[in-house]
Amino acid sequence: MANIMIRQADNGGLVFYLPKRDLEASIQSIEFDSPEKWGGELKLDNGGAYYIDPIARPPRLPISLRAKRLGAAED
Amino acid sequence: MAVLTREETEALIAEVLEVYPDKAKKDRAKHLAVNDQSVEQSKKCITSNRKSLPGVMTIRGCAYAGSKGVVWGPIKDMIHISHGPVGCGQYSRAGRRNYYVGTTGVDSFGTMNFTSDFQEKDIVFGGDKKLAKLIEEIEQLFPLHKGISVQSECPIGLIGDDIEAVSKKASAAIDKPVVPVRCEGFRGVSQSLGHHIANDTIRDWVLDKRDGKAYDSTPYDVAIIGDYNIGGDAWASRILLEEMGLRVVAQWSGDGTIAEMMNTPKVKLNLLHCYRSMNYISRHMEEKYGIPWMEYNFFGPTKIIESLRKIADFFDDSIREKCEQVIARYQPMMDEIIAKYKPRLQGKKVMLYVGGLRPRHVIGAYEDLGMEVVGTGYEFAHNDDYDRTIKEMGNATLLYDDITGFEFEEFVKRIKPDMVGSGIKEKYIFQKMGIPLRQMHSWDYSGPYHGYDGFAIFARDMDIALSNPVWHNMTPPWKKAEPEAAQKAA
Ligand code: SF4
Repeated sequence: MANIMIRQADNGGLVFYLPKRDLEASIQSIEFDSPEKWGGELKLDNGGAYYIDPIARPPRLPISLRAKRLGAAED
Repeated sequence: MAVLTREETEALIAEVLEVYPDKAKKDRAKHLAVNDQSVEQSKKCITSNRKSLPGVMTIRGCAYAGSKGVVWGPIKDMIHISHGPVGCGQYSRAGRRNYYVGTTGVDSFGTMNFTSDFQEKDIVFGGDKKLAKLIEEIEQLFPLHKGISVQSECPIGLIGDDIEAVSKKASAAIDKPVVPVRCEGFRGVSQSLGHHIANDTIRDWVLDKRDGKAYDSTPYDVAIIGDYNIGGDAWASRILLEEMGLRVVAQWSGDGTIAEMMNTPKVKLNLLHCYRSMNYISRHMEEKYGIPWMEYNFFGPTKIIESLRKIADFFDDSIREKCEQVIARYQPMMDEIIAKYKPRLQGKKVMLYVGGLRPRHVIGAYEDLGMEVVGTGYEFAHNDDYDRTIKEMGNATLLYDDITGFEFEEFVKRIKPDMVGSGIKEKYIFQKMGIPLRQMHSWDYSGPYHGYDGFAIFARDMDIALSNPVWHNMTPPWKKAEPEAAQKAA
């Protein structure tokens, strides 16, 4: 588990940020994206994938969450 | 266009790597790349933020340097204790040229060195008592200081001192913030982790101390984040923002104060110049206080105009209007400078190797003068920095991360730039090779280089470096005379 932050990108998409490793990547897909259920598996454009427990869609970004890495570590 | 083609640059990298043993070669190869603007993600072509190879000459600093030297050091009304042996603080004292106004030793302490001067007995028995006593003395001798930060040097982490406990106690006793910073030099691979640690301690110990207190804010409050006022940079930036109607509440941290930092959560927009060293706190303020941040670039008129407009777009029409007026007012001055220097500098090639934001930010300023950056690299960047660099650099130019002394010399020998922009350690090596070098860390004791006023100085400095008559006298007279003498003999 690691602390991550999700913020709105200038182009409208979402950006994933992992402070511990200073890793910034855009989120290509998010498993659940409805007002009641938001989160699940996040696919990043650097090939990595993370899982966050689904929550109600946050009213404001950025938000810090706990995430689990799926698969091997990417650079 | 770059001086070399893509294939030639690749061949050059391969050739330079040839001397290394296999393992080192494999490692270093990942840090050198030929720029390709079509690549979206830098990690596909270049690796960064890794431990330097043992045995090579690297130009990096340590985490203490990142925290004490870069982020905390310039906060002028605080006293920053270099906690540990005397050397770390003394050899880096006042070397960074972060200008400030104030009376040194009375209400400002920027260029002074405070250290706990560890001796053998402190290592053996621990230095906590000494630290407590030191803080007491500071309070007596410099009663006008506004707070203290304890910057740990390597031994503190090794002997396991509890600086947090001492700081808390001392803070209660003197009724001023005392911030313990765990920035021991051995943490992380470069000064970059020191920036991060420093940002985190500001977040935990300083930033929220005035939350909920009344504050006279205006809709035009902004903070300058990540400008260290080298040679007056932040001042040259600040006046532009003020001329366009914004109110600059805080300068982080060049010529800054701890009160400014505590007031920053009240601003409407954070303007981030050095992304590498202060993106952390900007991200935090965005999440906690909903303050948006934007990166801007105040090097050279093209980028300044772009940035000013982007900043103005966050505000209403009155600001946008004034922004255009500012741009129009400075345009004649810029035209004059470019008319004067561009013909002298046109087509000159530059190689850069610096840290933080400069390897990409100054490219625009060089281009405004008709010069071309043919190679650039960072000491301590991360992938997100290279993501931002790839688009700024021309195709087939050279990118190098944490370059070693050997590689840098070889690249310069082959690419033969007209000028190198790097630091003092590189300066005389390249000047002896006959290539002018401008220090791009400290602006070579000149500056400011930010803003319109800064560009005037930048252009002049580049010209005096390149046009110095000494570069025509690189061949000693006895060597010059040789062909003639040989002819006579024949
Ligand atoms: S690495 Fe350690 S001993 Fe060396 S300057 Fe940094 S803090 Fe001091």
